[in-house]
Amino acid sequence: MNAPTPWTVATVREGLVAKKISARELADEFYGRIEGQNPTLNAFLTLSKERAYTQADKMDALIARGEPLPPLGGVPIAVKDVISTRDVRTTCGSKILETYVPPYDATAVERLERAGAVVLGKTNCDEFAMGSSNENSAYGPVRNPAAPDRVPGGSSGGSAAAVAAGLAVAALGTDTGGSIRQPGSFCGIPGLMPTYGRVSRYGLVAFASSLDKIGPFTTNIPDAAAVLALIAGYDPNDSTSANVPVDDYLEAIERPAGGLRIGVPEDYFGEGLDSEVKERVQAAISVLEKLGCKRIPLQMPHTDYAIAAYYIIATAEASSNLARYDGVRYGVRVPGSTLIEMYRKTRERGFGSEVKRRIMLGTYALSSGYYDAYYLRAQKVRALIAQDFEAAFQKADVILTPTAPTPAFCLGEKVEDPLQMYLADIYTVTGSLAGVPGISVPCGKTKAGLPVGLQIFGSHFRESVVLRVARAFEKNVTS
Amino acid sequence: MKISREDVLRVAELAHLELSAEEIETYRGQLDEILTYVDKLKELDVSKVEPMAQVLFSSTGEDTENSHQELREDALHPCDVAPAVLSQAPDAAKPFFRVPKVIDR
Repeated sequence: MNAPTPWTVATVREGLVAKKISARELADEFYGRIEGQNPTLNAFLTLSKERAYTQADKMDALIARGEPLPPLGGVPIAVKDVISTRDVRTTCGSKILETYVPPYDATAVERLERAGAVVLGKTNCDEFAMGSSNENSAYGPVRNPAAPDRVPGGSSGGSAAAVAAGLAVAALGTDTGGSIRQPGSFCGIPGLMPTYGRVSRYGLVAFASSLDKIGPFTTNIPDAAAVLALIAGYDPNDSTSANVPVDDYLEAIERPAGGLRIGVPEDYFGEGLDSEVKERVQAAISVLEKLGCKRIPLQMPHTDYAIAAYYIIATAEASSNLARYDGVRYGVRVPGSTLIEMYRKTRERGFGSEVKRRIMLGTYALSSGYYDAYYLRAQKVRALIAQDFEAAFQKADVILTPTAPTPAFCLGEKVEDPLQMYLADIYTVTGSLAGVPGISVPCGKTKAGLPVGLQIFGSHFRESVVLRVARAFEKNVTS
Repeated sequence: MKISREDVLRVAELAHLELSAEEIETYRGQLDEILTYVDKLKELDVSKVEPMAQVLFSSTGEDTENSHQELREDALHPCDVAPAVLSQAPDAAKPFFRVPKVIDR
């Protein structure tokens, strides 16, 4: 599939300011692209045309009056359907919220819209963000724009596919165990997971509260920096948002990367890593070495335990968070003769199989007699994984790894085997557990033409360094 | 076998899930496989490790460099959202949510 002219934050701005195109015409162009490609890709679940055109007209009015355009003025964006949008249906990829229309905006959406962004619509995802392939959506899978017989990755598959196919300039996704970075890798675009607490989660439908983060997909690093700069920062409506100053990311990314210490943990290059992925990632590391970065070999010995710890912690938190879907206050209700029967029928009918599987696993891990053996032990192993990261960041400024062990796999390839699907998250869940920021940047393609991603981790709140290394790499391979 | 059919039924009841006969067997097998994998956590000695419940605050509750705890003022803010919230309810009898009868009398 040929991607049309890639618009970026910068080219949208140039076009609007020079009056080569209006914000309304730009919205028209993107809706035209969506109309053409969405029947194949299934990236969008709901379009918010009224809201988009109202905002576009507002931007056009500013330009007509000669007033300054806000930083994302007229930039068409998409929002993952687990993030609340006022008066625009938010399904979380689930039947149980098929008709749910939030009465308020998530802070991240509100901030982007205040900065002039035009919200085109809501993107498909694995149900309640639980999945690594987007095949767990109640509204059908998304196809990978780079290879339509393959998955776009998950859970933010719709957001990744939309940006990769040129159906939005940027998109918000969410990352709990890799749900931004892995689809970024599979679709061949940058996907950034910020530090835990960096971006407000007010209005994000909760999956695993100690792990969930909101972050952007874009087509280049300056756009990722521009979006992060707007959504980052303390929000009194989210008690887990951190009151830490926000760096000037746009300035930071243009600083040369020479002299930075790049840590390479051997634990991420062992068994299970596809040989072509390994080759591309090693080549990317060499590029950074040539730019003057100093390669530091690292050991992160608890990496191999991350999947087990992650899938206990994430499912335990999910089983608690998803208890709220009971057919009482919102969403679908299936009637029953008693309250309990109503709960059970509603949840049986409303949830898909992966969501039920995770609720079962999490409930089991938290249940009397098993709590110490599973949940408590997983939390202790989480501490060991976080210590691996702390020790690594004593020696290195960033950590470089593959984002995923393989390129995008085929639709249907892993659906029957949940454990195999979980194991594919091996390189992303580590950073999720530690709460550090990480990005996936495209670092070439396999012989079959499938994108490969380089993952860059930084220490807490050091998104500026992560983006700076990503930018140095991007500039070197695109120029 | 780590997990029996009875375990699955007990967990389904705790989680308010009504499973079909087929789902019970499928989940039993899959949960068994996943929990067997998770057993690798037992290889590690964690007897001296403090559990990590979250990222932002230190486990001792002390205000350290890595704690970014922010408590807001305990002040009242007007909150007039009831009509908007109730408009999403499957069965609202304003100002209440209506559910099947809970008390038998």
